[in-house]
Amino acid sequence: MLSQHLPILLVVVPLLAAPIIVLLRRSFPSWLVATLASIATLAIALPLLARAVSEGVISYAIGNWPPPLGIEYRVDAANAFVAFIVSLIGVFVMPYCRHGVSSEVRAEEHYLFYAMMMLCLSGLLGILLTGDAFNLFVFLEISSLATYVLIAMGRDRRALVASYQYLLMGTIGATLYVIGIGLLYLQTGTLNLADLAVRLPAMGDPRSTLAALAFITVGISLKIALFPLHLWLPNAYAYSPSAVSAFLAATATKVSIYVLMRYFFTIFGETVVFDARYTGVILLALSLAAMFIPAVVAIFQTDVKRLLAYSSVSQIGYITLGISLNSVGGLTAAVAHLFNHALTKGGMFLVLGGVVLRLGGSALDRMAGLGRTMPIAAFAFVIGGLSLIGIPGTAGFVSKWYLVTAAMAEGQWWLAGAVMLSSLLAVIYVWRFVEVAYFREPPEGLPPPGEAPLTMLLPALAMIVACVWFGLDASWSGSMARAAAEALAGGWK
Amino acid sequence: MSGSMALAGILATPLVGLVLVSLSGRWPNLREGITLSTAVVLFAQVLGLYAAVADGARPELVLLPMLPEVSLQLTAEPLGMLFGLIASGLWIISSIYSIGYMRGNKEGNQTRFFVCFAGAIFAAQGIAFAGNMLTLFLFYEAMTLITYPLVTHHGTDHAKKSARIYLGVLMGTSIVFLLTGMLATWVLAGTLDFREGGILAGQVGATGTAVLMALYMFGIGKAALMPFHRWLPAAMVAPTPVSALLHAVAVVKAGVFSVVKVVVYIFGPDNLMALGSADWVPLIAGYTIVAASIVALRADNLKRRLAYSTVSQLSYVTLAATLLAPISIVGAAMHIAAHAVGKITLFFAAGSIYTAAHKTEVSQLDGIGRKMPWTMLAFGVGALSMIGLPPAAGFISKWYILSAAMGAGHWTAVAVLVVSTLLNAGYFLPIVWRAFFREPPASDRHGDAHGHDHHDDHGEAPWPMVLAQTVTASLTIILFIYHEPVLKLARAVAGGY
Repeated sequence: MLSQHLPILLVVVPLLAAPIIVLLRRSFPSWLVATLASIATLAIALPLLARAVSEGVISYAIGNWPPPLGIEYRVDAANAFVAFIVSLIGVFVMPYCRHGVSSEVRAEEHYLFYAMMMLCLSGLLGILLTGDAFNLFVFLEISSLATYVLIAMGRDRRALVASYQYLLMGTIGATLYVIGIGLLYLQTGTLNLADLAVRLPAMGDPRSTLAALAFITVGISLKIALFPLHLWLPNAYAYSPSAVSAFLAATATKVSIYVLMRYFFTIFGETVVFDARYTGVILLALSLAAMFIPAVVAIFQTDVKRLLAYSSVSQIGYITLGISLNSVGGLTAAVAHLFNHALTKGGMFLVLGGVVLRLGGSALDRMAGLGRTMPIAAFAFVIGGLSLIGIPGTAGFVSKWYLVTAAMAEGQWWLAGAVMLSSLLAVIYVWRFVEVAYFREPPEGLPPPGEAPLTMLLPALAMIVACVWFGLDASWSGSMARAAAEALAGGWK
Repeated sequence: MSGSMALAGILATPLVGLVLVSLSGRWPNLREGITLSTAVVLFAQVLGLYAAVADGARPELVLLPMLPEVSLQLTAEPLGMLFGLIASGLWIISSIYSIGYMRGNKEGNQTRFFVCFAGAIFAAQGIAFAGNMLTLFLFYEAMTLITYPLVTHHGTDHAKKSARIYLGVLMGTSIVFLLTGMLATWVLAGTLDFREGGILAGQVGATGTAVLMALYMFGIGKAALMPFHRWLPAAMVAPTPVSALLHAVAVVKAGVFSVVKVVVYIFGPDNLMALGSADWVPLIAGYTIVAASIVALRADNLKRRLAYSTVSQLSYVTLAATLLAPISIVGAAMHIAAHAVGKITLFFAAGSIYTAAHKTEVSQLDGIGRKMPWTMLAFGVGALSMIGLPPAAGFISKWYILSAAMGAGHWTAVAVLVVSTLLNAGYFLPIVWRAFFREPPASDRHGDAHGHDHHDDHGEAPWPMVLAQTVTASLTIILFIYHEPVLKLARAVAGGY
């Protein structure tokens, strides 16, 4: 009975948790509700994913209004898998917030923080599950507005500027997206995504479709932080509270990538997107630029949070590279890296949060001697770094395997070289941390900071362990990525 | 079944040892006891597998389904057996030596040292018994990372810079070349299993095979083929036991072992012979042999000289493997064993000299044989093995390689071997001669009269070190007289030659 309503429950649970938290007001009950709600979303997302994989597309009509008139939620292996990733990250991050947030956000604002986290989670899950183009926009705005508030809660005043920057860029992105779906609506008279997928090919390939494609692509790319539209991202990750950095890095851009893949492969179709135009070449060029330029910038960062942020922009390049290959293999690589990078980068930001709590900042110089003063955190951070590089035995290697073999299968042998060279850049920026943490003396005169509290250390370590686990045994994550890729390319039928 | 359990045990033992060592850091005697007993147990386990593998059994064990398409798995085959035996057997001796060295030199961070050492042996066993290329690659990278803290052991700026070269070359070549080659193999052959006759046979044309060959040969940076050899002299900044077991045996042998493995089981010697795609490799290897020997000839620092000698000797194996004849592959496998016991003896001796006399340069060694006769005798045996003279093990392997080169009519290789023998004699014999036949410098003889510089007033190194080097020196001679077990494995690798 209840199992039929899983798609809507997944969105509603965190959405309802937000007002409850506002009513509760106190810090601890707010945290408890947020944590329980995030555990509940994972408990919903898992069976939903299992059903989507075994049964194929699940259609859910909101309020029993049949689509395309009513709003439809449409779940398949692709969005169910990404929704699982988002809920999973939520379960890691929420318990962490209890101590993670206390030092960074003022006590009287804690309930707002948790409420915004819930709205953000709800918005992201809504974007994933909805089968309606406009509904998607609404959820995009819900999650974005919540994100702007969360970033602004960082303790540094620069967080306000970062939030404002992201607000401007995010709004431009959302506006472009709305213009895009407006054009599609004028042309086809429908906002239902599956319906659009059916009607668009019948229209032929008029200029308005092209315009809609362009608006949607650029709009969503802003949210993805696809190079060179990434300028909002480094500041947003660097100045927001650590838990927010971890949550955003692992989920927000990933959800937007899903939207782009959905529009490219399910709605417009690869004939319109790739075969008739230069989208593939442009995306390929931008992905390559993303793999190299931000990675070089990351090498020169003096702040570890910013370093990780630039590394994220670079890693997003791997994902879009997979998309640009326009094959099931490429999509598998993209989805696999979505998952693997979410674990890796989320885990690294969580570890870093504990370090920031103890050291009072994230400047690289402060990390001197960290290998001795916070050995567990330093070691976990290095393991995460190895996954960024793509060392075998970590999740990052699995992504690289899929990406390079997909490129080779398409006859793009030279891309293998590009991916490998870009991983060497990752070696350099990871090793900057290693040398500072292990070869410099800890600052004298200060008492040794000691490890972060267990409520922070355990979720962070759990993610790093997951990162190794899914590197040694990718049979599940790999087959999920393939199922998701086939669902995306399969046209939502 | 019992075979696969044995494989699991071989991988588990050094891991258990690693954990126990890290927990027992506060009690050095207990810690060293654990290291030693782990080494003994591991060697016994590997030895227990010998009889079955020598008789043709190939026990397998699937560890984890790493990817949906390829799993992490172990397979015991003759070449891996050989490498596994060498690495685990010499670990015992080297542990005894390390205890003497680390205590004699009052080194810091000894627990970390022994933990990483166990980790490196774990990685070596993983490489030895890897059942496919992916598994081999995983342990290969693990070995680079776990030996990094050993190279940086002293934590000085010099160590940090050397470690950058170490990591940069090994990681760079393995990611850019080896990983690319492995993925291309997967795409082209659809498998990464090690199979007799090679998995690429019949799948790729001559040019493609040559490109893949280059990716593998230069990608396996641990084999130190020029121009990717610089990491090895850089690694000499580590404490001498590390140089002895890891950078003369485990790490570098992992490199040439992988080279032989790839040639035999990925490409297939017959396939390479037919395509002619590996013809260029003996030339590069020959160049490396001669060039590294010339550098060694001019090096005054003893460990640096030994390091370049290793670079040169490693290319013997690469050269032998890529001559592609069955007898040359026997020679390659034999040389892995022969060079291991010889070179570890030389490094042990160098470490003993450093510990007892605090001398690091060749030019300081005049007359040292009078004070440290056991050490210099062991050194002499190792030197004979490097040159390839009886009664040392190096003679046997060189004999096979030379016969192969002559049999194939590869006169360049013959010339390289001859020149290299002369060069080896040129940079090893003077050390022995200096030690025994030159007068010690004046300050040494009158050390007692001045009575201040106690380093000049030294005897032999601590007994565990002398014991260790005597054992390896004896092994070098024993392997010359009695090498049937090794030869049996080597022949099985070459397809029952």
